[in-house]
Amino acid sequence: MPISVDLTPLWLTLKVAGVATLATFIVGVALAFLVARSRFWGREGLDSLCTLPLVMPPTVLGYYLIVLIGSKGWLGHWLKATFGISLIFTWQGAALAAAVVSLPLICKTARAAFEGVDPSLENAARTLGASEAGVFFRVSLPLAWRGILAGVMLAFARAMGEFGATLMVAGNLPGKTQTLSVAVYDAIQAGNDAGATILVIIISIVCLTILLVSGKALKIRYLP
Amino acid sequence: MNKIKPLFVLLLSAVVLWGAPAYGDQELIVSAAASLTNAFPEIGKVFENQHPGVKIIYNFAASGPLLQQIAQGAPVDVFASADQKTMNQTQEKRLIVPASRKIFVSNTLVLITPEKSGFSLAALKGLAAPEIKRVALGNPETVPVGRYTREALTQAGLWETLKPKFIYGASVRQVLDYVGRGEVDAGFVFATDAAIAKGKVKTAAVVQGHQPITYPVAVVAASGKQALAQSFVDFVLSPAAQEIFAKFGFGKCPP
Repeated sequence: MPISVDLTPLWLTLKVAGVATLATFIVGVALAFLVARSRFWGREGLDSLCTLPLVMPPTVLGYYLIVLIGSKGWLGHWLKATFGISLIFTWQGAALAAAVVSLPLICKTARAAFEGVDPSLENAARTLGASEAGVFFRVSLPLAWRGILAGVMLAFARAMGEFGATLMVAGNLPGKTQTLSVAVYDAIQAGNDAGATILVIIISIVCLTILLVSGKALKIRYLP
Repeated sequence: MNKIKPLFVLLLSAVVLWGAPAYGDQELIVSAAASLTNAFPEIGKVFENQHPGVKIIYNFAASGPLLQQIAQGAPVDVFASADQKTMNQTQEKRLIVPASRKIFVSNTLVLITPEKSGFSLAALKGLAAPEIKRVALGNPETVPVGRYTREALTQAGLWETLKPKFIYGASVRQVLDYVGRGEVDAGFVFATDAAIAKGKVKTAAVVQGHQPITYPVAVVAASGKQALAQSFVDFVLSPAAQEIFAKFGFGKCPP
């Protein structure tokens, strides 16, 4: 029996996880810096809110997202009426679900990384006339970079494996929203064990490669 | 001895708890097609009243996944699917008792739209209109209602044309949910499902051009409660149960 391998779920998974990680990287690092360096009311509350997706079942997150971005949801209704877009059953919806789920991993690690940066170095930059943005981009971020990178790796891995919220928000549309994890589930439900085996091998190889490559990159950069 | 006492108590209570179900109820596990979600518990209640000490546990999903669960050794006693094909596969794999297999109800395929939909769909051809962006149907690989839908749309020469609009549901109830929430413009479900969601969805058309929709039920070969399972199957075919099925909109078999 000739075995045909459809790699569409793999490309789709990489696209979804890539976009999700980029979004969580920007949002997560900003939130982490805010929580680590500013003092304001509700700071710890904000931190807890960012951590919540780590603790809550993905199905609960999926339901929240449906309530929020579904065609009858608060945001979804507005999006549809204003721009004519609907995120449900799209790969962008899958990316949103993956982003929400992986946000805590960047938030938590980046916060710890920022808190590990010696404030006197930042103050030294300020005395030398650096602006707040300059302090962030030229002192805090480079010093915290390694911890943030570790968080990004974890977030990407989590986004790649995301299943529950993705299935609820984006459904299971072959070629459109069927990521690797959903494709494996679909193959097993249909009794297609051969197909599931191929997909499982692919996802295992990809995950292992990502871990090895990123681990090596981290080492070369920082441990001479 | 005093130090060991709490441990002993813990161990004893574990043994008692472990054995508890043995002198409690007798459980009968029924795996049934998602479209039976509302009718079966009502029938089960009557059956439980007639058989004191028996408790029925339901496992509702699309027929395809139910077949996989049984094939993988799930402790199921009775299996009811929404199509003959899934039951044929179950029989080929020798997972059911062939003599116990009986058709118990029939159903109709309908096209539904959200209650507040702006479109009026009188015929399948209407789905090709550009205003209809998303059409939900059961995944034809695993969901019987999806298989009937594919047959009907292929017959109408619309399957390939409509393919880009398809949103696949994991069961008939998921399709119903997608339409009910207004995430899709139309969907294909059984008439009995559309009846459950009155007020959320409306039936646009009765769909023809597919094999007759009949539901078979059978005793699972690996069941350790063959006699009880058989009496449940017999009860499903009895006039009392058939009356309940009729109330939910299922057709008699043979029609």
